[in-house]
Amino acid sequence: MSVKRIGDTLLAPILALIIALIVTSAILLAFGADIAEVFGAMWSYGTRPNSIVLILNLATAYYLSAVAVAIGFKMNLFNIGVNGQYLLGAMVAAAVAGQLSLPGIISLPITILVAMLVGAGWAGIAAWLKVSRGVSEVISTIMLNFIALGIISYTIIRTGIGKDIAVNVRGTKLIPESGWMPGFKIPGAANEVYGFTLVAVAIGVGYWFLLNRTTFGFDLRASGMSPSAASASGVNSRRMTVYTMLISGAIAGLVALPDLLGDSHTYTLNFPSGFGFTGIAIALIGRNNPIGIAFGALLWGFLDTTSAQLDLIGVPQEIVTILQGVTVLAVVIAYEIARRNKIREQQQEVGRALTEKSNIL
Amino acid sequence: MLLSITRVLTGANDLTSTGTMSAAFGLAVPIGLAGLGGLWSERAGVANIGLEGMMILGTFGAGLAGWQYGVWAGLITAIIFGAVGGLLFGLATVTFGVDQIVAGTAINILGLGLTQFLAKLLFTTAPGGGATQSPPIFGMLPAISIPVISDPLTSLQEKSWFLVSDVAGVVSGLFYQLSLLTIITVILFMLTKWILWHTAFGLRLRSAGENPWAAESLGIKVNLYKYFAVTMSGGLAGLAGAYLAIVATGVYRGGQTAGRGYIGLATMIFGNWRPGGTAVGATVFGYIDTLQLRDDANIRGLVLFGSLLILSLAGFIFKSGRRNTALAFLILGVVLGMAFLSTSVFPPEVAQIAPYLTTLIVLATAAQRLRPPSADGIPYRKGDHS
Repeated sequence: MSVKRIGDTLLAPILALIIALIVTSAILLAFGADIAEVFGAMWSYGTRPNSIVLILNLATAYYLSAVAVAIGFKMNLFNIGVNGQYLLGAMVAAAVAGQLSLPGIISLPITILVAMLVGAGWAGIAAWLKVSRGVSEVISTIMLNFIALGIISYTIIRTGIGKDIAVNVRGTKLIPESGWMPGFKIPGAANEVYGFTLVAVAIGVGYWFLLNRTTFGFDLRASGMSPSAASASGVNSRRMTVYTMLISGAIAGLVALPDLLGDSHTYTLNFPSGFGFTGIAIALIGRNNPIGIAFGALLWGFLDTTSAQLDLIGVPQEIVTILQGVTVLAVVIAYEIARRNKIREQQQEVGRALTEKSNIL
Repeated sequence: MLLSITRVLTGANDLTSTGTMSAAFGLAVPIGLAGLGGLWSERAGVANIGLEGMMILGTFGAGLAGWQYGVWAGLITAIIFGAVGGLLFGLATVTFGVDQIVAGTAINILGLGLTQFLAKLLFTTAPGGGATQSPPIFGMLPAISIPVISDPLTSLQEKSWFLVSDVAGVVSGLFYQLSLLTIITVILFMLTKWILWHTAFGLRLRSAGENPWAAESLGIKVNLYKYFAVTMSGGLAGLAGAYLAIVATGVYRGGQTAGRGYIGLATMIFGNWRPGGTAVGATVFGYIDTLQLRDDANIRGLVLFGSLLILSLAGFIFKSGRRNTALAFLILGVVLGMAFLSTSVFPPEVAQIAPYLTTLIVLATAAQRLRPPSADGIPYRKGDHS
């Protein structure tokens, strides 16, 4: 039974990935590219130690973003606002950390806390709008994303918080070295894995624990599966909405910290954006499961890190984005079909059981 | 009226000039078309956040066909590309019943990736093109100016008389250098209104968005209507993209849509899922968009205008008895007014976020009174009622 269950769970994403590979191969063939060369180039580059470090580092950010999205998904909340939440969180955290000249053991927690608070606060606006004004969080978070971008560009370009970091680059004051997060090395690699990778792992464990081992997690999943049943059993759905959104936002606030604390040490307008949407895709393919998401994040990290190699052999690297888009679409369709088959199976089982019973009578 | 008071108070004469108004109506077109696309889809019960992706497909289609075969081919290709995006969206949401927001997100990723990939392949070696830009689209869509109306009005507007000049500016802006696409857009809005609200076909389509189960029981092929609606939606989004590529810039350029698909969606919500309201929303957002491209004094004017508008709304709301809402408006208006008095120069970011902020405020204050289609966003499966 349990082997069958695991098989069923894995079947959909693997099938989707195969479909996506077929579609992208067809596109590549249509333009006369050598498929073996394309995937060979990605594989040989992606398996070098240095590349593995890059993949891990990118996957860390993706993982955090996907967990932030997934926790909302668990109770049917759609946090499209991860983008705005993490960018705003990173900017404020960078600005605060730039002012701190304390030992890392004090300044790092402060930086992390600030990022989480800002992320949660920004998500909190959407939560408040939803429970008190009935505004769909899908729309409000989209709007809040754009507003966050406006606030950030205003702050960096026009206030004293932004400084000229280099020629034509404005960003927050460089974080003093004591406030950086040390990384660690893996054998054979010259570059370091961000220390924040471990924080991400902890967040993953915490996410699993919260959902499966706490009353809150139970209420959350119950509200997601059947809001009416949950509220009938005494779950306050408004409060759940607010808490879930706040937690989601707090985790979202962390998304940019691996890069900020491990590499760039300043928030500039060139900071990578769009991780929020990547998080949605990864949460979907990982089916909101902490381990599934980890695989998804690593896969996405691999694809995005190695895609740059493709330009070198004359294939536009954006083929990888197509691969990702098709995977997501195929995955959600596969899940939907699997879900319906399961319901049908259950119904047939019930039907069989009932007819057997009536035969006995 | 408020606009003209604002103009006199701030001395920002550009606020209602023919140039500003003409640019505003121009910028309103792509936003309005995207909003109209959203309206078609959502009226049939399919929430469409994939508009942005379909719009991107449109800009690319326009660039691809436009530089080789001219504007008209570009226009048609853009509509077809957008519609294909809509069809794909329909396949996921209608046939497979996937969550609509999820499918929309996937379409956005796919549209972006596909166009960037193809642009790099097809435009890099083309004359005058680049990795993210198509060669110039040749030919021009006819632009129509009605000098008999717009010329005397323009000179009237230049006199800067209170109110008279403002009205003149707005009206002459409407008739000045009108792109054919702008006219088509206006017609499309009227057609949509007529089809969806005054024909049996439209009634059936809307019933698919209100109560698909009841509609199906009356013999309406709900899924067919939904397919039609999302394809239409994609086509309109594609047309919006065509406007950006053909009329606004003359090339396809990566990132050209700049989130206008989302503003279109906001416009539709602002307009309460109705064509008239969507048109008003698009004009307002287009106007705000224009001011940020012009000089800073205008943005200051915009803030005062917003403040006056909100204060007068507060008055209306107070009269209708909803005191709390009125108070919220009053405070907001006063805050904006004080911001106007205390600051001499506003940064362009104010205008950048204004459309989104406006939508949020409208949603926050009027969400209970907005009426989206009842089955909007709910996947429909023929035969199972949930």
